[in-house]
Amino acid sequence: MMATQLWQITDLLLALLALGLGWAAVSSRDLKRSVVFFIAFGLLLAIIWARLRAPDLALAEAAIGAGLSGALLLSALRDEGETAGVDDIQRGPIAALLSLLSIGLAAALAWVLVYTLGIADPVRMADEIAAQISNSGVTNPVTAVLLNFRAYDTLLELAVLLAAVLGILALGPARPAYRAAGPLLDGLIRWLVPLLVLTAGYLLWAGAHAPGGAFQAGAMLAAAAVMLRLGGHPGAGLPGPPLQRLLLTAGIAAFALVGIALMAAGHALLQYPAGWSGVLILLIETAATLAIATTLAMAYIGGRPVGWGPEAPTTKTVHNEERN
Amino acid sequence: MLFAELIYALTGIGLFVLGLRGTLLRRSLLGRILAINICGAGVFLTLIAIAYRGPGLSPDPLPHALVLTGIVVAVSATALALALGRRLRESEDE
Repeated sequence: MMATQLWQITDLLLALLALGLGWAAVSSRDLKRSVVFFIAFGLLLAIIWARLRAPDLALAEAAIGAGLSGALLLSALRDEGETAGVDDIQRGPIAALLSLLSIGLAAALAWVLVYTLGIADPVRMADEIAAQISNSGVTNPVTAVLLNFRAYDTLLELAVLLAAVLGILALGPARPAYRAAGPLLDGLIRWLVPLLVLTAGYLLWAGAHAPGGAFQAGAMLAAAAVMLRLGGHPGAGLPGPPLQRLLLTAGIAAFALVGIALMAAGHALLQYPAGWSGVLILLIETAATLAIATTLAMAYIGGRPVGWGPEAPTTKTVHNEERN
Repeated sequence: MLFAELIYALTGIGLFVLGLRGTLLRRSLLGRILAINICGAGVFLTLIAIAYRGPGLSPDPLPHALVLTGIVVAVSATALALALGRRLRESEDE
């Protein structure tokens, strides 16, 4: 009984903290504060995923939701300059009206939620997945859903990622590179980057039977790229443009090739034959990891890297603000 | 109905509405993009809260897979939005 109450207090505290940090991130007048609150919010969310028994999400959120989104927003903030976003929120009658409408919407949604949560589903997808998991080639149910039961969705998601990165590449050349890191930060990067690559490899392999998989591994590799970029490597450790193109499309290419090969062998698209699932999933996941990592790294660079096309017209140097 | 499921699902709704209000009230593009991300986090939290089935039981993996793809799509959409914003400012400066 005591343990239950302790859990309930923890849940309440976490929920209130999430709402408070969300409120602070959205409502702070100063944009810089907002971004810092947002990063803290992402880390808190990772803890909440762990509490709700979603370790796959906790891994992804810590790396992407807090880490990469935060790095992206901080870079964008630096581009805005010092004066931007000091008084960034509208006030007055419109704000009051919107707040009232928001409260109304929240109440309506809460009523719908409380009303529908009690209704039992006729078919629980969780039970279906649990019944079929032994045929999927992996034992981690989230990986089974992503790469086997709903492989179409993941294929199309990789297409969405490719579309986003193509948009970023079309918008202009990359941001100017950071100044080279000092010996201390450089030494740290030399230690951390190989560790991140090793962790990515482990997560990719472990995804078959434990929390992990292509998304988490890709996020780890992208984190290594962000570190390299912050340390003054303009290309963020990415290979040359021809190989970059290959890596960006690797995920979709692997999915499509496996699908077409299966169709040629007389199966449906992405219907893995018995006994082959594990190998095919690992093959696709490896390609997807590389594609996701390259996509996220290029998203952080924020434009065409050197060698893709017209270079930046101006050569302004931007100093690394993270150090003195 | 589980206490944790209810609390976190309601928190998700709260975050969704907070984010929506922020998206409409913020002046800068960066602030709006940030608010939309809070909005999305609220949706994710509601989904994962519904997937939770209590201590000792494994949760529903389908919403987990959905949200995992959602997190990655959200960050790439954020990056695209920020790149669009940067391009917009550059063309205003010219």
